[in-house]
Amino acid sequence: MADSYAKAYLVLEDGSVHPGESFGAEIEGHGEVVFNTSMTGYQEVLTDPSYAGQLVNLTYPLAGNYGINKNDFESKRIQVSGLIVREHCDLPSHGQSEHTLHEFLRSQGIPGISGVDTRAITRRLRSQGVMMGAITQEQPEVALKKLAQRARYDDTDYVRTVTTEEIYDWDDLSSETELDPAKYKILVTDCGLKYNILRLLRQRGCQVIAVPATTPAEDMLAMNPSGILFSPGPGDPQLLDYLVSNLSKLLGQVPVMGICLGHQIAARALGAKTYKLKFGHRGANHPVKDLASERVYITAQNHGYAVDPDSLPAGLEISHLNLNDGTIEGLKHTQMPLFTIQYHSEASPGPQDNEYLFDRFVQMLEEAN
Amino acid sequence: MADRPEKVLVIGSGPIVIGQAAEFDYAGTQACKALREEGVITVLVNSNPATIMTDQGIADRVYIEPLTVEVLERVIQTERPDGILPTLGGQTGLNLAVALADAGVLEKYNVRMLGTPLETIRKSEDREFFRQFLHELGEPEPNNVSVSTIEEARIRAKDLGLPLVIRPAYTLGGTGGGIAETWEEFETIAANGLARSPISQVLLEQSLVGWKEIEYEVMRDSADNCITVCNMENLDPMGVHTGDSIVVAPSQTLTDKDYQMLRSASLRIIRGLGIEGGCNVQFALQPHTLVNEALGMGDQHQSPYYVIEVNPRVSRSSALASKATGYPIARVAAKIAVGKRLDEIPNAVTGMTQAAFEPALDYCVVKFPRWPFDKFPHGDRRTTTQMKATGEVMVIDRSFEAALQKATRSLELGGRSLLWEDQSWSAREKFSLDDLPIGPNDLRVWALMAALRRDVSPGTLVRKTHVDSWFINALARIVAMERRLLSEALTPDLLLRAKRMGFSDEQVGTLADMLPEQVRTQRLQWDIRPVYKMVDTCAAEFEAVTPYYYSTYDQENEAPPLPGKKAVVIGSGPIRIGQGIEFDYCSVHAAWALSQEGYSSIMVNSNPETVSTDFDASDRLYFEPLDEEALRDILDNEAGDDQPPPVVVQFGGQTAIDLSQSLGNAGLPILGSSAEAIDIASDRKKFEEFMVGLGIPQPPGATVSSVQEALTVAQNIGYPAVVRPSYVLGGRAMEIVQNATELIRYLTVASEIASDKPVLIDHYMEGKECEVDAICDGQRVLIPGIMEHIERAGVHSGDSMATYPGLNLSDEEIAAIVDYTTQIGVALGVRGLMNVQFVIQGGAPYRSPFLSNDGRQSTTVYVLEVNPRGSRTIPFISKVTGVPVVRIATRVMLGQSLEEQGYEGGLWPTQNLVGIKAPVFSMVKLVGVDWHLGPEMKSTGEVMGIDRDFPNALTKALMAAGLSLETGMGVLLSIADQHKAEVASLVLELDQAGCQLYATEGTAAMISAMGVPVTMTTKKMGEGHPNVVDVIEDGNVGAVINTISEVSSVLRDGYLIRRSAAERQVPCFTSLDTARAAVQSLLMEHSNYSVQCIDEYLDGG
Repeated sequence: MADSYAKAYLVLEDGSVHPGESFGAEIEGHGEVVFNTSMTGYQEVLTDPSYAGQLVNLTYPLAGNYGINKNDFESKRIQVSGLIVREHCDLPSHGQSEHTLHEFLRSQGIPGISGVDTRAITRRLRSQGVMMGAITQEQPEVALKKLAQRARYDDTDYVRTVTTEEIYDWDDLSSETELDPAKYKILVTDCGLKYNILRLLRQRGCQVIAVPATTPAEDMLAMNPSGILFSPGPGDPQLLDYLVSNLSKLLGQVPVMGICLGHQIAARALGAKTYKLKFGHRGANHPVKDLASERVYITAQNHGYAVDPDSLPAGLEISHLNLNDGTIEGLKHTQMPLFTIQYHSEASPGPQDNEYLFDRFVQMLEEAN
Repeated sequence: MADRPEKVLVIGSGPIVIGQAAEFDYAGTQACKALREEGVITVLVNSNPATIMTDQGIADRVYIEPLTVEVLERVIQTERPDGILPTLGGQTGLNLAVALADAGVLEKYNVRMLGTPLETIRKSEDREFFRQFLHELGEPEPNNVSVSTIEEARIRAKDLGLPLVIRPAYTLGGTGGGIAETWEEFETIAANGLARSPISQVLLEQSLVGWKEIEYEVMRDSADNCITVCNMENLDPMGVHTGDSIVVAPSQTLTDKDYQMLRSASLRIIRGLGIEGGCNVQFALQPHTLVNEALGMGDQHQSPYYVIEVNPRVSRSSALASKATGYPIARVAAKIAVGKRLDEIPNAVTGMTQAAFEPALDYCVVKFPRWPFDKFPHGDRRTTTQMKATGEVMVIDRSFEAALQKATRSLELGGRSLLWEDQSWSAREKFSLDDLPIGPNDLRVWALMAALRRDVSPGTLVRKTHVDSWFINALARIVAMERRLLSEALTPDLLLRAKRMGFSDEQVGTLADMLPEQVRTQRLQWDIRPVYKMVDTCAAEFEAVTPYYYSTYDQENEAPPLPGKKAVVIGSGPIRIGQGIEFDYCSVHAAWALSQEGYSSIMVNSNPETVSTDFDASDRLYFEPLDEEALRDILDNEAGDDQPPPVVVQFGGQTAIDLSQSLGNAGLPILGSSAEAIDIASDRKKFEEFMVGLGIPQPPGATVSSVQEALTVAQNIGYPAVVRPSYVLGGRAMEIVQNATELIRYLTVASEIASDKPVLIDHYMEGKECEVDAICDGQRVLIPGIMEHIERAGVHSGDSMATYPGLNLSDEEIAAIVDYTTQIGVALGVRGLMNVQFVIQGGAPYRSPFLSNDGRQSTTVYVLEVNPRGSRTIPFISKVTGVPVVRIATRVMLGQSLEEQGYEGGLWPTQNLVGIKAPVFSMVKLVGVDWHLGPEMKSTGEVMGIDRDFPNALTKALMAAGLSLETGMGVLLSIADQHKAEVASLVLELDQAGCQLYATEGTAAMISAMGVPVTMTTKKMGEGHPNVVDVIEDGNVGAVINTISEVSSVLRDGYLIRRSAAERQVPCFTSLDTARAAVQSLLMEHSNYSVQCIDEYLDGG
């Protein structure tokens, strides 16, 4: 904790003010304040598009210990609107490290605040639910007034801000994995995808093509894919009718896997409803039970919405449940080639225990062909 | 489940030794409770009476018996359990289970091995099996080879090249292992390792010294669900035993990819081993580029990591992981062992979630080892692959710097904060880094701090020590703050920053030139106070119900004062020689007693290995250093706007007693005996006046504070004299001096040890030693029993064998002991416990317990010392008398008289049994430490032998302590001149038992003269073979009897004898009294000892 950092505040819409020190870019940042309980993986969290529009409060108190490296990007840039930490490390230690956390945030114009009681903030969010907040160097009263006038997270479609503009092939691993031309072609609808999804599918010998979230179903089908994966992404699925209608056109035509937001979209496409969780699931330690095998898996999670179990249409079955709060963690369709998960089989950050789900998807493609 | 066992045998870990401490009492206690919750009947066997697990109400059937195959078979025969849980008793439990299986006992009685399959134990313990297993699994392990002979070792070592790590198979805490950097070292370590391994096998392994050392704690259930509870990173890189390393949880320098790579490997390993329960996996991870360069390694490694070791059981690391995360590994492991799945076991911390999850920490945990080098400053202080620490402390904070600083405060090394420097480091005019012990040793962290203060760059230290720069940089930040505190005026902002980095008020005071009390006052004026945060396993994601807290300087306090009646129990801190698990036993019982009386019990302790720091042992737990600042902050926090709660200081050993004065000075209420009463008993001068007032005889002596004064006093009272600093623990720095020269030598050392404390000198009385623990309510005194020592006075009571009841005391002597104890208790105003030690003068110096008392000369009972607190014999005396000593004492402190509790006072009726407590040493681990018994305590643990009569109780005590002699075995004698007359009868008895006698020159001459055959061996090492050490190392000798004289050359020869005995793990008797007991036990019929449940002994049937 060097002393050269300016004073800053985290203000929350409940009126609470948390004094700390500015780091990263010295600008104001605002968004929905959420907490993540992972103990490693801050770089992946920062670059995960599902955090667009959010200020992320890391519950692990020491951030930046191993710096920022080339390998841990999950998208092109930092996606969070701001970072909240107890302490950030100015002298990171790792052979791969190229920048400090502070430099990284500052270079991308993202504000951070350190020195705040991140556990107190987490407890507040846990008991009152997630809420809007701002990292600011202004007087707290002024910042709170401004905050009240800003667009709310729930009303914003962040998918459009994070999705790719261009279609692209994921080929950065081509030297490692020979692409079998006969193998499957998978389209990944980029609602805010993480690179690790593409990496893991590519490692399984598939051709992987990311397409913009707004790509019409017809255009996707015209590309003649073996399967389509609807990616994770930020925000309320109820704002995303264009994705819902696209997906409903694809169902039954081609095997579909949905992850996180993709899971919620698929559920909506079949008529189910989604709702907002009080404080969401964000971390790397959530136990999920696979109802078919009765096995428990530790999962990486990052979602603020969930599918309402009372709204499930016929044919859509719960395949996975969260052991902590009993919420739906996975769905499968009894007739159509569709399965979805609410958590992140691509992890990054988080346990690698669920990569088998990509094998399952590839297997589904095999069966469909 | 259909195949759930109905009755399960749990094996405890036996006495506390280095490498196997209180963590197994914690694990075993949790497991027994967990099994009983599942409706499983539990049968527990442990030889260690100072454990909670051997208490009533923990297991259904408790056997305090030696841990041998023979005894276990008899227990199995009686109890007929259908399952055995070997994974909770450390290496001892695991080895014993394997031995039972090998002996066919498990098969014979149809007992199923639960938790870890037998095959897996073999795999992970036998290096060759383990190599194969890793190979099949595709997990990388360093180039290595197992060898069984020294010739084979030499040949294979040439292929692998130096440096090499040598690891013996099936040993505890790496006993007998080491790192060889030269061929000379290789010869010594390899030979030693082969000798130490019970199957004579060692692993030679490519050295990964300097790599990062990372551990994972993993759980798996019968449905193949796996989780990791915690990972840990060692500050000390590879090359130092993890028990001797500073350990941080979670890892600090691993990216998520590093973390997950090792996590996935851990899961593959536990699955591959088929463990149902817990497992610990240790990895070496490629170090930072800087270190790699310093090690001269390119990137030529086949793998970024290697698997180093797997422990298929609950371990010290798992106890640490449990306390670090709140996840009760032993409890969950026990439930898994009887068929429960992780998702069927509730998470006791949150009360709402299940055990199938991975804890998320929102704090940083530091574990710091506690080494015994304050007692053995001349031992080999280097830390290697063989563990030397007796205990450890754990602290929790929200930054590494703060946690590390609090950890050093918790060590209780005479207030040694990170500011401490050895005087010699500044002695030279010109600073050289080579003068600082920055290599692996117990002072490393202080040396690194000293180097940084002398402007050595962090990079240099990283290259020299291979400690990751993240840790070195953290130390540098602490040094930078020291400089600010030295140079800047103290402001609220600066003080808050210092507190957030873990600086104590005392450290701030030292740097800012203020008294600690001034800093505290200023701090409170500025409203800078610690807050208390909960350890909840989930980083606050869920509401939790555990009352488990740590302090930090942050905004929100989560621990409002507990409502209603409450009291604070001060625990006993890290396990060290002189302050062991016994005090944790007392603390836990005090907390329980408080709860029973309607008080909320608040526990404060810093030791992660113990039952007292289990989250359900008290109503609220503060995991904090046991020092004045931490205690006063806690009391302030609990006071709220009201009065602070009273503090119980009688059960936490000397740690808590020492705090009583400062708490008393701060006007804080102490429960039970007042700070004043404690002061009288502890202050020699006041105590002497007090005793004179009562007319109770004491050995003549005085308190002195100068050499001149000391010499005068010693002249008056007469030599030999016992000298010691006042306020000492476990006889630390206590010595017997024979003349003025020795006294002067002692005083120059002792005055360094405690400059502000005077020295006590007493006339040394050689005689029968006895002690009592007693409870006084101010009116009456209850004495549960009298314990008689087998060794005469002069051997520290903690190192003596003690028998209950006193078998050899006359009615007059007993009456005097009871009378003196009662008088002292009442007059001193003791409310609660006290321990009184006596020496009886006159009559024979040694009285055989086998002989009758008739025809004795008249004797005088002297009081040696009074300790106004619970002593280390409380668990023993509670167990052999059935008197719940701590509970009664706690009630007394709360104001209930003995009478109200239904006790009359005086001596409690003698039970129809004999209990013998025997000390256990860890000498094999402490290279360079002399074994001979004296006034300075050296044992690390204790065992108990209990039976209907003395011979059988003695047999079992010796058996459990590993001191049994066998008919026909070789016995080496080397006896000081002044003991030769006394040893004659012993020689005849050994001969009668068919023992082959070996003796050094003078002793051999004496034995020959008695007409007993003896082999003479020289003790002059330079003069031909076989010398006395050869005889021991060749394995000819099964026991050594060696008494010391004060001539220093003789002492040195004897030292070599005692060290080789220690290293060969041959019993070494340095007191003739112990030897005599062992020999007499040998001559008795001792196959008829009983094996009974402790309740059955107490029933008197």
